[in-house]
Amino acid sequence: MKTAIIQYNAGNIQSVLYALERLGTSAIVTDNIEAIQAADKVIFPGVGEASTAMEYLKQRHLDVVIKNLQQPVLGICLGMQLMCASSEENNTTCLGIFEESVCQFKTADPIIKVPQIGWNTITNLESSLFNQVPENSYAYFVHGYYAALGAHTIATTNYIQPYSSALNKRNFYGVQFHPEKSAKVGEQILKNFLELT
Amino acid sequence: MLTKRIIPCLDIKDGRTVKGINFEQIRDAGDPVELGALYASQGADELVFLDITATVEKRKTLSELVNKIAHRINIPFTVGGGIKTEADVSVLLQNGADKISVNTAAFLDPTIINRFAKNFGSQCVVLAIDAKCEADNNWYVYLKGGREKTDMLVTDWAKRAVDLGVGEILLTSMNHDGTKQGFALDITAALAESLPVPIIASGGGGTAAHFYDVFTKGKADAALAASIFHYKEIAIPDLKYYLHEKGIPIRL
Repeated sequence: MKTAIIQYNAGNIQSVLYALERLGTSAIVTDNIEAIQAADKVIFPGVGEASTAMEYLKQRHLDVVIKNLQQPVLGICLGMQLMCASSEENNTTCLGIFEESVCQFKTADPIIKVPQIGWNTITNLESSLFNQVPENSYAYFVHGYYAALGAHTIATTNYIQPYSSALNKRNFYGVQFHPEKSAKVGEQILKNFLELT
Repeated sequence: MLTKRIIPCLDIKDGRTVKGINFEQIRDAGDPVELGALYASQGADELVFLDITATVEKRKTLSELVNKIAHRINIPFTVGGGIKTEADVSVLLQNGADKISVNTAAFLDPTIINRFAKNFGSQCVVLAIDAKCEADNNWYVYLKGGREKTDMLVTDWAKRAVDLGVGEILLTSMNHDGTKQGFALDITAALAESLPVPIIASGGGGTAAHFYDVFTKGKADAALAASIFHYKEIAIPDLKYYLHEKGIPIRL
């Protein structure tokens, strides 16, 4: 099986690669369009800022390529947000794979920190991506923006309000948390993704 | 619900884990990769690795160690010690660190906070502050591993650093560090209640009750400790179960 991790101007790509290696699988990190299209599984990672990342993808025509992929695709964190319709982060138009939009966490309570950093629960798990992952499992999140609940929500997390911690539409999957940093739970989710057909 | 985090800290010297008492009297506590993996398997929420002998010659050694850790460990980790430039940050992140921490270098040149946040994102920039409460009852910032006093108040520096873009603050009380008498609750709460970023409390954790206090009275988002974990005085699973039983949101 060939797994491609899309390389662009975003952090944490090595961590995804190492997590796959711990599962006994290898992957290529690439921005080569043919290599991405030819892969059996594509992972679209990301930590960073939405408008800069979208601009980078467009310059390399990766925006069109990603939208038209037919194999299972997993967006992680910013990757998932970029798969949504739009983001409030610098009013960015995103890939539009998921109709859900991305909003900024807002709170007047000084004890509630933005961005959310740390472990939170994932609930209402509705996908084979979560096979053998119990309800209320903990995953590791770092984000200041969130995807609203919508028709494609397959996991819900509560921080300030309930939001989509995972989305799915056809072959496209997105997780707001970092499975590569979410201990055993994250390993199971990555394993499930690799086993999708 | 977002949980409180338990963070073992591994001080690294020449590739080994060490822990000083009141920042001195260093003892050896083992291989950092093995120890980190053990803590991750026991339920640590994050790890912090601080290279206390970070010199230019040792930088390559540190990045190699970070790479080994990143291959092995499935939870987030922060690396600190002698980080001054974008190139320093870049090599650590590329080798798999999730966050970097800055201390003295950021105090001497606060623009690095702004540059690091802009280039790598606030979420990976942790400001470490070594704080000491003086006879005038004010908390002052200390530099160079606690060896050099400044006239800057901890609250002022923390606020300025947040404005410049740090994503988290790791606050170590030098008065409490190594004493196992409990965390510095007042200054921790002062920062936690006034700043929009998470506060990691460090220094003084000796019993499970101390952790309960720092999450309740101290309002900390995370608590860091070293020797009590290294010398197996408190097991992480026992600590987390205790906190859970006491109603603290915790990942079991």
